[in-house]
Amino acid sequence: MESAVQVERAGINLKPGGRVSDDTALQTPVEAGKTVGIIAVDDPIFSCRDVDVFYGEKHAIKKVGIDIARNQVLAMIGPSGCGKSTFLRCLNRMNDTIAGARVEGKILLDGKDIHDKRRDVVQLRARVGMVFQKPNPFPKSIYENVAYGPRIHGLAGDRVELDEIVHGSLQRAGLWEEVKDRLQQPGTSLSGGQQQRLCIARTIAVNPEVILMDEPCSALDPIATARIEDLMEELRQSYAIVIVTHSMQQAARVSQRTAYFHLGDLIEVGETDRIFTNPRHKLTEDYITGRFG
Amino acid sequence: MNSTNKPRKTPQETQAIVERSLSRRYWAERRFRLYGLAAVTAGMLFLVYLFFVIFSNGMGAFRQTQVRLPVYFDPAIIAPEGQRDIESLRAADYPALIRAALKAKFPEVEGRAATRELTRLISGSASFDLQQMVVGDPGIIGTTEEIWLLGSDAVDLMAKGRVERDVPEDQRPLSDTQMGYFDKLESEGALALKFNANFLTGGDSREPEKAGIWGAVVGSFYTLVLTLLLSFPIGVATAVYLEEFAVRNRWTDLIEVNINNLAAVPSIVFGLLGLAVFIGFFGLPRSAPLVGALVLTLLTLPTIIIASRAALKAVPPSIREAALGMGASKIQTVAHHVLPLAMPGMLTGTIIGMARALGESAPLLMIGMVAFIVDIPQGFTDAATALPVQVFLWSDSPERGFMEKTSGAIIVLLAFLVVMNTAAVILRKRFERRW
Repeated sequence: MESAVQVERAGINLKPGGRVSDDTALQTPVEAGKTVGIIAVDDPIFSCRDVDVFYGEKHAIKKVGIDIARNQVLAMIGPSGCGKSTFLRCLNRMNDTIAGARVEGKILLDGKDIHDKRRDVVQLRARVGMVFQKPNPFPKSIYENVAYGPRIHGLAGDRVELDEIVHGSLQRAGLWEEVKDRLQQPGTSLSGGQQQRLCIARTIAVNPEVILMDEPCSALDPIATARIEDLMEELRQSYAIVIVTHSMQQAARVSQRTAYFHLGDLIEVGETDRIFTNPRHKLTEDYITGRFG
Repeated sequence: MNSTNKPRKTPQETQAIVERSLSRRYWAERRFRLYGLAAVTAGMLFLVYLFFVIFSNGMGAFRQTQVRLPVYFDPAIIAPEGQRDIESLRAADYPALIRAALKAKFPEVEGRAATRELTRLISGSASFDLQQMVVGDPGIIGTTEEIWLLGSDAVDLMAKGRVERDVPEDQRPLSDTQMGYFDKLESEGALALKFNANFLTGGDSREPEKAGIWGAVVGSFYTLVLTLLLSFPIGVATAVYLEEFAVRNRWTDLIEVNINNLAAVPSIVFGLLGLAVFIGFFGLPRSAPLVGALVLTLLTLPTIIIASRAALKAVPPSIREAALGMGASKIQTVAHHVLPLAMPGMLTGTIIGMARALGESAPLLMIGMVAFIVDIPQGFTDAATALPVQVFLWSDSPERGFMEKTSGAIIVLLAFLVVMNTAAVILRKRFERRW
C-alpha cells in the first residue's frame, strides 16, 4: 500500500508541520497536504497525519494532517461538502459504518493508531464521544438515555452508582433542573435544545476524553444555541472538543483553534483569533469575509 | 425590443388562465374519489354477499336434528346374564335398543325391510351415545328414559327444509314411507333442532350428522404454533443478518433475489419439497403437524424476511449512529434500539405470513395431511388434518349433509383467523406503545 510510504514520510514526528508564511502576502496555492499554519501542538490527544478518505471513487479528504489539543475547542469550518464532517467521523471511526468508505493515513489517539487491529472500535467510541447534527435521543426515557452508555460499558456497579452517574451527567449538561421531575418520560418529549443537551449528557456519562460535535446547533434556536455554547466552554475544562460548524460567529465564540477546510483539503489552521483577524490563505479570507460559501 | 424584461402576460391574464383550469382540476379530483368509492362499494357488496352465503349455508352446521324417543334399557339386550363389567357393557347390541324404541313408537311397522327403513331415521352413531350412557351409569339398565337421539342426515336435511317434498321419490333422501314417519314425529313434537356441540368438539366422520371440526382445529393449531416458533425467529434473524451485518456483494444480491423469488413460488411446490425432503429423506411421520409446520415455515419465511427487512430499513439511521457513537457494539445496537423499533413492522409481516399459512391446503395435501382422521391429534407427530384441508375434504364428499358442514368449517376457519389476527394486533400495539 502506498499509504504506508506516506505514513513513514510523515512519521510520528510532531515537529511543527506545514509552512508558515510571512504575514504580508496571502498564499493562494492549494496542494494536498500543504496546510498554512501550524498543525502540531504540544501533548496532543489526537495526532493525524496524511489522512485520506475515499467514498468509493470520490476522494473526500486529501492528506489532511492536524493535531487536536487537550482542554481546547477546535472548530472546523468550511463550505458545504468540504469534508469537515467526514474528517470528524474519522476520529471515532464512524466512517466504518458507511459502505464503500475507506480511510488511509495515521490517526493517533494518545500516540496509538486507532486503526490498529488490536484496538477495539467499541472502546475507541467510548473514549471519543459524538454529538450529532440532529438531536437523536433514543426512543426511551430520559433516564435510560443517559444510563445506556454506562450500562453497556458496565461503568456502574449498582443502581445507586448509576443514579449518581445519570444525575451528574445531566447536571453537567445543564439539564438536571429542567428534567429532574420527569426522568421517566420519553427523551423525545423534550424540546430540540433540551434533546441536544440530553445527547451531550448521554455522551459525557461514559466519561470520554474527546467530544466530537457535528454541527450540534444547526437545528436549534439562538437561545438553545447559546446554552450549548456556554456548556462547551465548561466542558472544555475536562475534555477536548472538536466542533464542526457552519456559523463563523459560533466558531469565533467557542473555539481556541480553527481549521478551514476547502474541497477535501485542510487549507489553514491556527489560533481562532488569528484566523479571523489575519487569515493567511486567500481561500480562508474569502470564506470568512463572506465572499463565498 | 426589451421583451425579455416584460412579463408576457399581465397578472389578470394569468389569473384568468388559472381560473379556467380550476374546474378541470377539481373535476379530476372528484372523479378519482368517485372511482375509489365505487371500488370500495363493489368490494363491500361482494364481501357481504360472500358472508351471507357462507353464513346462511353454514349456520345449519351448528344445529342438528334430534329425535326424542322413549328408550327402554332392556336388561335382556344389554346384559342377559346380569353382568356389569365395562367390557361386556361396551359390547352389547345398542342398535337393538333403538330398533325396539322405534318399533314401540311405530307398532304398525312389520318385516325386515320396513324396519330397516324406519331405523334409517336415526343416525348410526346414536347407539354409541346410548353405550356411553350405560357405561357411564350402569344403574340406568332396566329403566325407560326419554332420550334425544341424533337424527340421520336425511332427517336433518328434511327438518331444515333443504328437501323439497314434491320431487320424485328416488330424488329425495327420504322415501314416502319415511316421510310419513317424519311427519308423525314432527307432529308429536319429537323432532327438534338442537345446538350441535359435537360439530365443535368432535373429530371427522363419514356421517355428516356426526362429523366434527375439532380434529382439524387442533391440527391447524399445532401446525401454526410450530410454524410461528420456527419461522418468526429464523425470519427475523435472517432479515437482521442480511440488513445489518452482511456485506453487500454479489452473493448477498443473489440471496436477496432468491428470497424474493421464493415468495412467488406456488405453494404446492413447497409441498412436494416437504414430501421429498422431510418425509422421503429424513423419514418424518406422514400426515403430522410437524411436517406441515416445516413446509409452511418454508412458505412463510420469504414473506417474513421481506417484511422484516423493510421494517429494519425504515428505522432511522440516526438511532444506529447514536448507539454506535456511544460505543455500543453492532449486536447491542440492533438488539437494544433497532429491533424494538422494527418489531411492529416485523409482526405485521408475520401476521400476513401466518394468515397465509393458515389458509394453505395445497402443500398439506402433498404431505398426507389430507387423510381421513377421526381421532383428535394429541401432539406434533400424530396424524392430523388442517382446517382448509377439512373444508376441501367435506366439499368433496357426496353426502348432501356435508354441504352445510363445509360452510360451517369455513366459518370456524374465519373465526380462527380473526382470533389469531386479533392476538397479533394486540401484541403489536403493545410493542408500538414503547415510543
